[in-house]
Amino acid sequence: MRFGVVLFPGSNCEMDCQYVLREVLREEADLLWHKEERILGYDAIVLPGGFSYGDYLRTGAIARFSPIMKAVERFAASGGLVLGICNGFQILCEAGLLPGALMRNRSLHFICKYAHIRVENQKSAFSNACDRGQILVIPINHNEGCYYADQETLRRLNEDGQILFRYCGTDGEVSEASNPNGSLENIAGIMNEAGNVMGMMPHPERACERILGSEDGRLIFSSMIRRWKGEG
Amino acid sequence: MLSVKVTVTLKPGVLDPQGKTVRNALESLGFKGLVDLRMGKLMEIKMDGSSPEEAKSKVEEMCQKLLANPVIEDYHYEIEQM
Repeated sequence: MRFGVVLFPGSNCEMDCQYVLREVLREEADLLWHKEERILGYDAIVLPGGFSYGDYLRTGAIARFSPIMKAVERFAASGGLVLGICNGFQILCEAGLLPGALMRNRSLHFICKYAHIRVENQKSAFSNACDRGQILVIPINHNEGCYYADQETLRRLNEDGQILFRYCGTDGEVSEASNPNGSLENIAGIMNEAGNVMGMMPHPERACERILGSEDGRLIFSSMIRRWKGEG
Repeated sequence: MLSVKVTVTLKPGVLDPQGKTVRNALESLGFKGLVDLRMGKLMEIKMDGSSPEEAKSKVEEMCQKLLANPVIEDYHYEIEQM
């Protein structure tokens, strides 16, 4: 499977994504400069974390107008798999490829720690290697991770199974106490209605080797690979 | 030349922890009677070569495309001849 990892000015997780895809999952992964206007020969696109354009104006607000984003929109419209991690999630929301918005953490603190997230839908292109209700340990690293959407959008996300992950406690309980950033309904990751575009605040690429404390992040990438192979 | 002031504010009901923290700080400085405080953004733009009417439609488009996020923010603007 061939992944394209987009590099915006200010991205800083693209090398980790590429490393994990190549060295841990043994797939192909190229970096794509944001000035590219076409995406050819790729099976999936990853928008990595970081601080594209310095987070100026709003996180992701300027990156969404990078030349490559038109190609990402076409790629998504044709059914290609698109994964946005952290700043990538913010960019996908600003671009309207995912509903809602990511706002300043409720605590106003930058949060960098391991988070527990519960798998709410194990049938998606991004979670089919997980069990329903499985608790994943994946780090978060953000200042603007507080997910917001209006009530109607939230209702649809719930009804259509578009909420893939919620922040939870070590026992899997979803509560205010286990909500690190104030996200509505503890939302940590969602997908679009068509099921081929996903955004999540936790960083799966930072949790793919035992030496780093968790290998749960592999499940996100291996789900995509399984889907591509027609196995999941 | 035209002077444009764009104000972007959070929609009512959208959580504003920054505004709340600033209000708490004012209260701890002894300012009483504060009912609410919401943070926003002010953008000052200087424009050339447009009539006020043309400027209005340009600024409207700027707000919708980039300056505000309609999911969480409202905007308004004033245009003045300099």
